[in-house]
Amino acid sequence: MEKKKNFFLRYPSFTIFAFLGIVVIIMAILAPVITGGADPTKGNLADAILAPNDAHPFGTDKMGRDVFTRVMYGARVSLSATFALIIIIFIVGTILGVLAGYFGGILDAVIMRIADMMMAFPGLVLAIAVAGIMGTSTINAIIAISLVSWPKYARLARSLTMKIRHTDYVAAATVTGSKTGYMLRKYMLPNALPTLVITAATDVGTMMMELAALSFLGFGATPPTPEWGYMLNEGRNYIQYAPWMMIFPGLAIFITVVIFNMLGDSLRDILDPKTAE
Amino acid sequence: MSIKKLGNRLLQMLIVLIGISFLTFLLTYMSPGDPVRNMFLSTGIQPTEAQIEEAREAMGFNDPFFVRYGRWIAGCLHGDFGESYSLDKPVGELLMARLWPTLQLTIASLVIMIIISVPLGILSAVYRNKPIDYVVRAVTFFGVSLPNFWVGLMLILFFCVQLRWFNVVASSGSFQDLILPAVTLAIAMSAKYTRQVRTAVLEELGSDYVVGLRARGVPEWKILWFNVLPNSFLPLITMLGISIGSLLGGTSVVEVVFSYPGLGNLAVNAIKSSDYYLIQGYVLWVSVIYMVVNLIVDISYNYIDPRIRIRR
Repeated sequence: MEKKKNFFLRYPSFTIFAFLGIVVIIMAILAPVITGGADPTKGNLADAILAPNDAHPFGTDKMGRDVFTRVMYGARVSLSATFALIIIIFIVGTILGVLAGYFGGILDAVIMRIADMMMAFPGLVLAIAVAGIMGTSTINAIIAISLVSWPKYARLARSLTMKIRHTDYVAAATVTGSKTGYMLRKYMLPNALPTLVITAATDVGTMMMELAALSFLGFGATPPTPEWGYMLNEGRNYIQYAPWMMIFPGLAIFITVVIFNMLGDSLRDILDPKTAE
Repeated sequence: MSIKKLGNRLLQMLIVLIGISFLTFLLTYMSPGDPVRNMFLSTGIQPTEAQIEEAREAMGFNDPFFVRYGRWIAGCLHGDFGESYSLDKPVGELLMARLWPTLQLTIASLVIMIIISVPLGILSAVYRNKPIDYVVRAVTFFGVSLPNFWVGLMLILFFCVQLRWFNVVASSGSFQDLILPAVTLAIAMSAKYTRQVRTAVLEELGSDYVVGLRARGVPEWKILWFNVLPNSFLPLITMLGISIGSLLGGTSVVEVVFSYPGLGNLAVNAIKSSDYYLIQGYVLWVSVIYMVVNLIVDISYNYIDPRIRIRR
C-alpha cells in the first residue's frame, strides 16, 4: 500500500491525467445517468436549433436533439472506436513485426514490402478511399485507418526483434532446445512490448482525431449515431445561425485528445526515462 | 546518390505503384456500389434492368477482373485515366485542373508554418527551461491536440461569420480564398514542426564542438548563427519533405471545410458518387506526387550535406 502511494506521488502528471482519462471513460459509461435519460437520437422538432439555455446547456440541433446529450453519448462512440482501432493495429502490427523479425527470409520480405507500400503513401488518402469505397460505417472507418496504421507498429516490432535475434542468450535458448512458439512468447514478444505499448499510448489522441476526421467527411459514423466528428459535419451548414452545434463537439474532441496525449506522454516518461525531458 | 542507387529506388517506386494501383482497383472492384446504376441515377434517369445490363456490357464491366485491370493500366500509361461519369469529363483533365489549387494551398501553408515554427523553435531551444520555452511548449502541446477541421470551422465562425472578412465558401480560387485554409493547415503543422526545430537545435547546442567554440571565447550569437543553425537545418529538410507529402493527402479535410476547389475535395466528392475512375486516378496521382517529392528530398540531401557525397 505504501509503495503504491509513492508511485502516484512520484509521477503527478501521470496521476492527474490517468484520473482525468478515467473520468472521461466513466462519463461515457454513465451518459444515460448524466443526461437524465434523454434520448440522443430523438428530438422534438419544436425545439430545433435553440441556443444554449437552462434546459439545453449546449443548445439543440436541427432535429431538436439536445447537443449536451449527444456530446455525452458521443464519448462512447469515439472512445470505443479509438480503443478498438488501437488494439487492432497494436496486435496486428506486433505479431507481423515479430514474425518478420524472427523468421526473416521470404516472410520478412513479403510483410515488409506490404508495409512499405502502405507507408509510401499519404495515410489519410488511402483511409478515405478505403472507407469511402467499402461504404460508410464506423467499423469500416476503423478498418480503413488500421490498414494504413499497422506498418508503423510492424516496423518497430521487427527492428526490436532483430536487435535481440542474434544475441547470446537467444542462441543459448535455441541450443538448449526451446521450441519456436516458446521462443516467441518468452523472449521476442516481451522484448518488443514495452516500446510498442508506449507507442500505442501516445497514438490514442492522433487516432481519435483521424477517426473524427473520417466521420466529419461523412465516411465514418452514420446518422443518427451521436459521434463528435459527424456532429461537426451536421453542424457545418448551420454555422451562421447555430455555432453551438459545432463548438461543443469540437471542444469535446479537443479536451479528450489533450487528456489522452498528456497521459500517453507521461506514461512514456515513466516507462522510458531516456526520452523524458 | 549514385546511378545504381537511383535505379534501385526508381524500381522500388515502380513496384509500390503497381501494388497501389492493384489495391485501389481491387477495392473499387469489390465495392458494394454499382457505378452503372449510379451513372443513370446521376443523370436523373430511372433505368430498367435491361438498360443497366446493356450499359455494363458496353462499358466492359462484365469482363473478368484482370482484363479490366489491364485495360485501365494500359490507359493510364497512355495518359488516359478513364472518364469521370459524375462530372462527365476525362479524369486526367479534372485532376490537372485541381492540382494547381492544391499545390498553391500546400506551398502557402508550408510558408506560414516555417514563418511561425522556425523562430519559435529556435527561441524555445536557446531559452531552454525559461518562461518563454514553457509558453512555447504549452502552446505547441495544445496545437497538436487540435483537429484541423475544427480549427477551420472556428476560423470560419470568427473571420467569416462574426467579422465578415472573408467568404464562408472559398471556392473562387482567389488569393483571399487561400488565406484561411492555409492558416488552418499551418496551425496544426506548426505545433509539430516547432517541437522538431527545438529538438534539432537543442541537439546541436549540446554537441562537443559548441563546447569547444565557447571555450575559445566565440560569442554565443556567432555560434548560434554560423554553426548551430546551419547544422540543425539538415534534419529539418527531411521533415519538411515528409510534411509536403502528408499535406498532399491531409489537405482534403480542410479543402472540404472551406469548399476549396482542390484535389482532396474532388476526391471526397468522387467517393461519395462512387466515381471509380476518378478515385483510382486520384489515388494513383497522389501516390506518384508523394513518391517524387520524397525522391527529390533525398536527392537534394546529397547536395546540401557534403558528408553524404564524400561517403559514397
